[in-house]
Amino acid sequence: MSAGSGLPRLEGRDKVTGAARYAYEYPIEDCLYVWPVGATVASGTVTEVDATAALADPEVVAVVDHTNAPRLRPAVTADELVLQSPTVAYRGQVVAAVVATTLEAAREGAEQLLVRYVEHPHKAVLDPDDPDLEQPETTNAGFPGTSVKGDVDAALAAADVAVDHIYTTPPEHNNPMETVAIIARWDGERLLVHDSNQGPWAAATGYGMLWGIPADQVDVVTEHVGGGFGSKVWPTAGAVVATVAARVTGRPCKLMLTRQQMYTMAPARTATRSRIRLGARRDGTLTAIDHDALQYSSVIHEFVEQTGSATRTMYASDNLRIRHRLARLNLPTPRVMRAPGKTPGMFALESAMDELAYALGMDPLALRLRNEPPTEPATGLPFGGRHLVDCLRAGADKFGWASRDPTPAVRRRGRWLFGTGLASAVYPVYQQGGTATARASPDGTFDVSVAAVDIGTGARTALWQAVADALGVPPSRVSVHIGRSAFGQSSLAGGSAGTASWGGAVRKACFELGRRLAEHGGAVPVDGLEVTADTAADQLPPDHARHSYGAHFCAVRVDADTGQVRVDRLLGVFAHGHALNARTTHSQLLGGMVMGLSIALCEQTIVDPRLGLFVNHDLAQYHIATNADIRGLEAHSLEHTDDDVTLVGGKGIGELGIVGSAAAVANAVFHATGVRVRDLPITVERVRAR
Amino acid sequence: MTDQLRGEVVLRVNGVDRVVNLDNRTTLLDALREHLRLTGTKKGCDHGQCGACTVLVDGERANSCLLLAVAVEGRAVTTVEGLADGDELHPLQRAFIAHDGFQCGYCTPGQICSAVGMLAEVAGGLPSWVSADLVAAPELDDDEIRERMSGNLCRCGAYAGIVAAIREVADG
Amino acid sequence: MRAFRYARASDPADAATLVAGEPDAVYLGGGTNLVDLMKLGVLRPGLVVDVSRLPYDRIEHLPDGGVLIGGAARGGRVGRDDVLRRRYPALIRALLSGASAQIRGQATLAGNLLQRTRCPYFQNTTVPCNKRDPGSGCSAIPGAHRDLGVIGTSDHCVATHPSDLAVALAAYDAVVEVRRRDGTEVLVPIGDLYRLPGDTPWIETVLEPGDLITGVQLPPPPDGAVATYRKVRDRWSFAFATVSVAAVLTADEVRLALGGVAPKPWRLTATERLLAGTDPTDDEVRAATRAAFADARPLPDNAFKIELAVDLVAAVFRDLRPVGAGR
Ligand SMILES: Cc1cc2nc3c(=O)[nH]c(=O)nc-3n(C[C@H](O)[C@H](O)[C@H](O)COP(=O)(O)OP(=O)(O)OC[C@H]3O[C@@H](n4cnc5c(N)ncnc54)[C@H](O)[C@@H]3O)c2cc1C
Ligand code: FES
Ligand code: FES
Repeated sequence: MSAGSGLPRLEGRDKVTGAARYAYEYPIEDCLYVWPVGATVASGTVTEVDATAALADPEVVAVVDHTNAPRLRPAVTADELVLQSPTVAYRGQVVAAVVATTLEAAREGAEQLLVRYVEHPHKAVLDPDDPDLEQPETTNAGFPGTSVKGDVDAALAAADVAVDHIYTTPPEHNNPMETVAIIARWDGERLLVHDSNQGPWAAATGYGMLWGIPADQVDVVTEHVGGGFGSKVWPTAGAVVATVAARVTGRPCKLMLTRQQMYTMAPARTATRSRIRLGARRDGTLTAIDHDALQYSSVIHEFVEQTGSATRTMYASDNLRIRHRLARLNLPTPRVMRAPGKTPGMFALESAMDELAYALGMDPLALRLRNEPPTEPATGLPFGGRHLVDCLRAGADKFGWASRDPTPAVRRRGRWLFGTGLASAVYPVYQQGGTATARASPDGTFDVSVAAVDIGTGARTALWQAVADALGVPPSRVSVHIGRSAFGQSSLAGGSAGTASWGGAVRKACFELGRRLAEHGGAVPVDGLEVTADTAADQLPPDHARHSYGAHFCAVRVDADTGQVRVDRLLGVFAHGHALNARTTHSQLLGGMVMGLSIALCEQTIVDPRLGLFVNHDLAQYHIATNADIRGLEAHSLEHTDDDVTLVGGKGIGELGIVGSAAAVANAVFHATGVRVRDLPITVERVRAR
Repeated sequence: MTDQLRGEVVLRVNGVDRVVNLDNRTTLLDALREHLRLTGTKKGCDHGQCGACTVLVDGERANSCLLLAVAVEGRAVTTVEGLADGDELHPLQRAFIAHDGFQCGYCTPGQICSAVGMLAEVAGGLPSWVSADLVAAPELDDDEIRERMSGNLCRCGAYAGIVAAIREVADG
Repeated sequence: MRAFRYARASDPADAATLVAGEPDAVYLGGGTNLVDLMKLGVLRPGLVVDVSRLPYDRIEHLPDGGVLIGGAARGGRVGRDDVLRRRYPALIRALLSGASAQIRGQATLAGNLLQRTRCPYFQNTTVPCNKRDPGSGCSAIPGAHRDLGVIGTSDHCVATHPSDLAVALAAYDAVVEVRRRDGTEVLVPIGDLYRLPGDTPWIETVLEPGDLITGVQLPPPPDGAVATYRKVRDRWSFAFATVSVAAVLTADEVRLALGGVAPKPWRLTATERLLAGTDPTDDEVRAATRAAFADARPLPDNAFKIELAVDLVAAVFRDLRPVGAGR
């Protein structure tokens, strides 16, 4: 069997029997329970933490706040610097933690804690007229905050046809099914954690920075992770609290954030507001693209969602302007959520393209084909494989797009209005260097270790196949060890780069091992043979624009009585290069599409600006798609080979499926009803606002 | 007896009586995970909103996060650990693997317990919200499976595989 | 969650004795709302009296064609009952539209009627709420009220009652059987069970401390009735109603109850009177429904519920009475 075939997941049996152990589930003796307490003001200063009542319970062991917590050092964002000062930058920021011998006592201790504040004025509204908006130099992932080519204003003024609309997306929470979870222990100056994260090495680095110890003094074990979607990329505020509590009490401490705490003690996606202006000639040739993106960060850390980044690369135009502006709000620092920037940005751009197609009286598919760029529009770089047109054409074929009548609001059967829509998808190729170790044993077996993590992507299985393939041995003779920071410097499961990066390191180690074995005449020495490889120097040069691509086609029905939207069919075609495991790749693409549908129709974190409060901080009020929301769902992968991609020949998969899917839904809703919903999610009142 | 804030509780889990000394506040979910070391049952929300904690109580599916352990005394609890017959997986467990009905696997024990309970409900004639006919014996088409499984959220979006897995087992 | 004592009532008299002299005692049914709110710190009882195993879980088919559902009957049992499925379709649909299969299977009828509002501010002990903390103020009126009430509300509270089942029960003119602490039995029509918030939003029902709901009587449905329940929500399953309607119609009788709009199941009595015995056109149904909202107090983000309710009632009429001289 070779890489690319769909072997079932290695850990499948463990996951269906409940044997798979997640971070919180390790039986550790004498472990204490930690309950973090969030601020109840949106801005202010803690004047007193009165723990008298809490400590009256003999099961409560300690209460930690900024007065007695050990000092931490700056790491990734200020949010993780928990319990370091009395200043409150947002509601829900950790101000104390109760440590107890039982979970029940810890929770009640937290309720008994009396925290007093002086309140300061706060701001929690994303307002385009906010006088304090910032113009960031760069965005997340290193894009320029502003980039300009040509003269957009002149081109817009001269355009035969122009559209100019504002598209908004609400704050969204990653909501992995497993919340942030950790068991932390100190052994002298070594920190040992069972931790739910998206990269054990990154976790070790993060905890190490916070505690001022080298990463190799932090031992992170992360065997199974119940999803992350970006929320567990770096140590979260919540998880850091457990390391503090363990330090203070000198005992092992476990913590699992409540679902409600996840809304402020773990990151989320910012709200976005994109004004898109497109200018075109009658024949559909784009002459101007303007994307003005507004998003927020907290008042304690600058994080700039790369909302306009897809607009840099999608369609040809001589005049192109992308600007990011940033509001500073008293809300937790937003961070990455599945396909940061691309998900909200492509909702805006792909909706606008649909609007332009209608304004031109042109098929939205034809409009996209017309504007295929020869080189990347913002950078002028040649593409390292561009397959958007292939995806659009293949999707149109499979979906039956050709027979579509573009007229909106004319297909009614009974109470249902029917419509279809499409949108493009794109996601950049990322790859990181890292190490992996391969070992041959005299009994003919091989062990490969890499500080990878399987958050559900199928990485463990894909790496196992990659190793067997690289070594040319049956998979049954190969063991892959992942999920420990002790395996060395390594990439994150983030930016869809995990498997490609780990796979590169693993293959390099295997090839080296093969060479070394050949030097030994093929025989394994009695002590075995071990090789460690590092791909730090093997990275792709920045001489091409490398992306994976996709196209979504969506069919909806809208209840004419009520405005409820039902997605009957969502079909995606994707070009992501070589897949190490077709089965888990397929699942990831479907999973991305499901999340896209979910943000299109129901997801939003509601902010109460008066209170600086995330109002609906649970899964009963923050709606994510249920099984009943998903009907026909198809993901197809296009066969293609790009010589110039990652070391394993694959491009990122995990985030591609979500990009553009919300626009496909919104475009289909317009086709069904004639109502253009430019604000996500597409709720009944928005559809009914005709 | 009513002066007590905690006490010995006999929990019948997977056919075995387990005696545990529990705080009255302890939920069945925490009793399983923190006291009986049966961590297969997952906590996703702790408020009945996600289904990750689904177990069978007297054969019916229930959210163990909202059940007080003391209140479950005398009722038979089945968790994901109790579904397989020795090494022989339950057909639904096999089908979930075969159809890749999960990614991170965190919702999976709840999904599988829920599916076991759901198939029994269908066999017992319980209609669902999407049943056109409330009186006739329910026919388990895909929309029925989806509706009946909607108490189990899957953030990885493995719904297609979950439906396929259940479909296979339901069709025998 | 405050530490509490737990007692399982062996019979109704025992339940009454257990709660006597215990101001912070609560009854425990399925626990799906009570335990939820205890975890949130919203409810902090000192004594939990488990009444879920009292012998009130049966469903009796009465000689007059009515049905008595025990207060401790769980959703699975109600949903499987043959007579209810045949004769009270709106009730069964309402039941099946609520929550998830797991919660329905656990929850009792009595608990369902007495579940508390899902107003997010009520559920969050760190913010003001007049229902939870009398006099602290209503955060929802100036805040996120999209899911809250448009009618029957007050300046002090705009919470809705979240039960689907209660909406259907209202349309079937159900009567709630209550056992007082002194052992007497009281019958409360479901329309009288709930109180509007006025300036005392923390008082939600006419029940007194220690009152035990033992069952709900369903009178026989009117002859020749057709009935249904429709629910609009933010996703296709497992969500509370944005707006819902239960309708029971005969040639000369109209009964309509709305969910998601008011602090209690909202019978549209004015609309019913206008439409009873007529064969109304679509426009007449809409006008009559709109009339029921003359006293509505919509807020900026939930005003849409009124027209949504109008559309929903019109749709239900169209579906239940497809042939009418009026159209
Ligand atoms: C995630 C989620 C989603 C939900 N979605 C819906 C929905 O869409 N539609 C819907 O209608 N409901 C929904 N619900 C609510 C659910 O229906 C209620 O929680 C349930 O019906 C309560 O019943 P219970 O037996 O569990 O009550 P409990 O939680 O046990 O009790 C609720 C209240 O009733 C009191 N009580 C219980 N029994 C008696 C008695 N015999 N006499 C007097 N007082 C008593 C208790 O003291 C308590 O105050 C949802 C719940 C959750 C958690
Ligand atoms: S943990 Fe019980 S339903 Fe989510
Ligand atoms: S498999 Fe990850 S939540 Fe379902």
